[in-house]
Parts: sequence; C-alpha cells; structure tokens
Amino acid sequence: MATSAQKRIKSVSYAKYGYIFTAPFFIVYFIFMLWPLIQTFILAFYGNGSPTKVSTPTTIDDFMGFANFKTILFGARSTSFKEIAINEEFVLCFKNTVLIWVGNFIPQICLSLLLAVWFTDLRVKMPGKGFFKVVMYMPNIITAASVAGLFLSLFGDSEYSVANMLLMEWGILEENFKFISTDISSRILVMFIQVWMWFGNTMIMLMSGIQGINESLFEAAEIDGANSRQTFWKVTFPLLKSIMVYTLLTSMIGGLQMFDIPYMLHTGFTLNDYIKTVAVFIYEKFHKDYMSPSYGYSAAASVILFVITAILGALVFYVQRDKDAIEIQKKRKAAMKEYKRKMARGGGLGL
Amino acid sequence: MSKKVTYAGENSTSFQTKVLVKSIFIYIALILLTLVCLLPIWILVVNATRTHAQIIDGVSLIPSANFFKNLNTLKTNDLYTQFFHPIRGMFNSLIIAGSCCALTVFFSGLTAYGLVVYDFKAKGPMFSFILAVMMVPSQVTAVGFMKMLVSLDLLDSYIPLILPSIAAPAIVFFMRQYMLSSFPLDIIEAARIDGSNEFRTFLTISIPMMKPAFAVQAIFAFIQKWNDYYNQSLVLVSGKTNQLTVPMMVQKVLAIDRNPDFGANYAAITLSIIPVVIIYLILSKFIIGGVAAGGVKE
Repeated sequence: MATSAQKRIKSVSYAKYGYIFTAPFFIVYFIFMLWPLIQTFILAFYGNGSPTKVSTPTTIDDFMGFANFKTILFGARSTSFKEIAINEEFVLCFKNTVLIWVGNFIPQICLSLLLAVWFTDLRVKMPGKGFFKVVMYMPNIITAASVAGLFLSLFGDSEYSVANMLLMEWGILEENFKFISTDISSRILVMFIQVWMWFGNTMIMLMSGIQGINESLFEAAEIDGANSRQTFWKVTFPLLKSIMVYTLLTSMIGGLQMFDIPYMLHTGFTLNDYIKTVAVFIYEKFHKDYMSPSYGYSAAASVILFVITAILGALVFYVQRDKDAIEIQKKRKAAMKEYKRKMARGGGLGL
Repeated sequence: MSKKVTYAGENSTSFQTKVLVKSIFIYIALILLTLVCLLPIWILVVNATRTHAQIIDGVSLIPSANFFKNLNTLKTNDLYTQFFHPIRGMFNSLIIAGSCCALTVFFSGLTAYGLVVYDFKAKGPMFSFILAVMMVPSQVTAVGFMKMLVSLDLLDSYIPLILPSIAAPAIVFFMRQYMLSSFPLDIIEAARIDGSNEFRTFLTISIPMMKPAFAVQAIFAFIQKWNDYYNQSLVLVSGKTNQLTVPMMVQKVLAIDRNPDFGANYAAITLSIIPVVIIYLILSKFIIGGVAAGGVKE
C-alpha cells in the first residue's frame, strides 16, 4: 500500500495521462451519442416535415412546445384525423411492445431457471452438458434478419410454408393459415422467436449466478434432509433474487428496444401492424422518407422511451448497488467532516 | 464442480433410482429443447439443397443435391442479383464489424486503463457518467443521429457506422472491472522505473496481460456489429448494392414479394447463417464463458 504522500506525488505527476487516455472515448461519445441525444430532445419540441416542403402544415423549424407529446399520448381527444391516427398507432405500438415483452419474458425466465437448476445440480451427473449449452446459446448469435427469414419460411402465410404444408398434409387444416397476418399468431410467433433467441443467454447468466452461491449452503441443505424442491425454494431462489431482478430489468430495457424481428417479420413491403413495437414506430416515422420525415413525433416517442429506460436503469442500479461500499463511503465522509471541523476549530484557536 | 461430494444416503438403492429417473427425465427434456433449437436451422439448410418444385412438393428432413443449382439461381436471376451478392456482403460486413471490433476493444481498454491506473480529479464523475449512459438504447438517439448525418452529409458512408464504436460504455465498464480484479498495478510502477513511457506501458504490458478480457469482448463486439441491422439500415439509406451488408441483403431477399424461388431464398438465408455458426462453434467455449462472466448484453 502506498502512503498518502506517495499517492499525492503519483497523482500530481501522472494525472494528465488519465485525461489523455480517456479523452478519445469522451470526445466520440459526445459527438456521436450525447449530441444526437440532445438533438432528439430538442427535435421533440419542433414540427414535422422538412423546411423545403411547403405542403406540410408544420416544418422542422417550427417550435411546437409539447404538441408532439400531446398528439402521441392524447391525440384521440383532438378533432384532427391525422392526430387521432398517430395516437392510435403509438398506443398500438406500445401495447404490442408490452404484450410481446411479457409474453416472451415469463416463459423465458421459467425455462431458463429450470435449465440452470438442472445444469448446476450436483447430484445428477450429466455428460454432454457442454454440448447442450452450446446448442441452446446458438440461436442468440444468428443474425436477427436471418432468424426472421427462417421463421417466415417456417410459418409464412402462403400454403408453401413448412407449417402450413405439414398441417394440411396431416389434415388439421383445410387451407393455409395466415400465421403472419393474424394478430394472435403473429404476436405468439414473435414471443416464441424472442424466447428461442434469448433463453440460452438467460440460462447461462442464471447458471453463473447459481454457481456464485456458496456450495456449502447446498451441502448443508442436503445434510438437513432437504429435497430438491425445498433446496430450490429455500436456498437457490432467495439467493438468486438480485440477479433475477437484474435480468428482469435489463430484459425490460432490451424489450423496449425490440426492433429487428418485429420489423422484418412480414412479406412484401407493408409492416405487420400487430407486432409493430415502439422502436419500429420511431424508426418508421423518421426513416420512411428521410428527406421530409416526421422528426417531431419520432423524437417525442424517443423521449418517452428514454424516460422509461431511465427509470428502469435507475432501478437496476438501486438493486445492484453495493450496500457495504455505500456504508463505508458514508462513514468515510462522516470522518472527513469530523476531521475538517476539527481542523477548522484548530485553525481558529491558532488565530 | 468436480469435487466429490458425498450425500446422506447416497448409496441407498431408492436414492439411486430416484436420481436415475430424474436424469432420464432431464435428458428427454434437454433433447426436446435441442430439437427445438436445431430443427428450424436444419429444415432451412435442407431446403437450401432442394429446388423450388421439391420444396412446394412437401417437407423433408433429408438433404437433396441441388444446393449449387440454387446458388446459381442466386448468381444469375435478376430478382436476386440486383441486391444479393454474398461475397460482397460478407466483405462489407467484415470491414464494418472488423474495424468496429478493433476500435471498440482498443479504445475501451485504453479508457478503462486510464480510469484504473491514474488518479485524477474527474475520474469519479467520468466513471459515474459511463455507468449512467451504459443503458441508453441506440433507438433513443437515432432521430438526432439521423438529423446530424443529414446535416453533415454522412449518409451512405461507413464512417458513422465505424467511428462511434470507439465509445462503448458497457465494454469500458467490464474491462475496468476485469482490470480492478486481476491487473497488478505494481507492474506499471516497475515499467516506469525502467523508463517506459505511459503509452508504451499500455501497449506492451497491459494489453498482453489483459488478453483474455480483450478476446472475449472482441468476439462479442464482432458478433454484435455483424448482426447490427438497425444502424446499418439507418446510415446506408439509399441501399447501394455495393455497400449492402449481410443482414441488409437478407432483409431485401425477405421483401421479395413476386414469385420468389423458394430454393434460392433458403440458400440465401443459409449462406448468411453458415459463417456465423461455424465461427460460433469454433469459439463457443470463449463465448459461453463470456456470457457467464456477464459481459454480453449491451
């Protein structure tokens, strides 16, 4: 351990390298991420359409106040047909996002937890564990576009998709079922794809959580005669709670960003309304015609998304915070205060 | 895990049958799940080897011999040649993912090193900032990003795809955690005494010592950028064929709505999956270890 005097010397002579080494990160972050984020916040208060197009009622240079937020969130109360349509679209997208997220997260966490417990069970000897892990994580690394293509060809609307051909061959269906253009089936399909892609990842994260639990606790439970169900509910589950909450929250943030699959799971050029998420809404609004886009609505939706993410992110930190470290910090601060007060008093006496 | 643990009553027959029954049950479940994971991919690969007529005829799990015929369709049919060039696409993806990966890993390492090794005033606030922005999704900044690209005339260029990867907060965070736990700072002191300058110390001492962390993060950064359809389609708006990446090409194939050749479609998707799967199988040990270490979700 260096003494405080040594530390001071070190910090005096080398501090500038700290700035030099971290500078590229911060410069690039400010240009490519923070500035666009600020721009997004500004754009949320401005109009839609480009300044050169006269036909649009508002342009990107018109300050609109909270009008965009109002339209998106409460447009249904207005009389303008366009505002009602945008509000309906956003509400539908939000509903889709929540529905698909809930529908994929619950089965995913149950399945992953079950698998993680099986894989870490000491009593069941399991050759080939590595193989199963590799296979179950594999869907996660395949490009989402290819996954969408894969499931489009398996569950497409046409009578030549694999599912339709099998179901018709077995006599279950008379004619082809439109899996993609039916609301319920397309949502279930997206949920299934999300589970398919992410359960391996969640499983491995939970496994490392379980392996982090002190092994002697399981042994103690074993010696006390607990069966596997009791061990799970009384030992594993309570100790895994914080990592599960972490998984839940990061998965919620990830779910809000869900884009690739909902955007690509359709045939032809029209997007599938039943699985359109908020991220797709944002993308579509400014990207469809990027020379005269609806930046305002898109940015307002982004701000709403940002606020939700920020709340969830704050919860993550609240859950993950190191309680002991905070306690030590508090004590250190109190000691510092005490020391300063003493110094000040001492100084006063000196005068 | 390999530690031999003896449980109460382990040797009794009833215990052993119970464990055996449980093992069989678990194996059946695992094999079913394996099928769910692999069957879609297998059907895809099989259909890539069958002609349009064969595919329409019925589902099969046995490969046929027409893969090269389908490849030929991809190479000659106008429907596909207007945007599907697998080699070109992979080359483009490779350039983007490769340079992103190199920049991300190098600069994240540099930033983490700066935050761990040196004591300076802004260190605390900087780290708090990185923690705070770690979870900002790119979708949220996309509108402002797009406006910036339009005003800087950077659309249809690889620069806005590659350069931002210098700043990867999540990777900086994980590298910092790794350095704190397994990088001896004394060695830097020793290098200083031997007259090495700070940058050289980072390059020749720190990077080799941090190899495991760098490798895992490099793999993840590469896969993530290779698969990143969102930003690529955002920046490459006009979709010039010679600029398209693999995910964008696949998306264009999916959007064909008039008389596609099913065999060629399947072959196109297969071509996009195969390289990723091969690389994954080679590196799976590192990848799964990396997920377990918690360095995945960006």
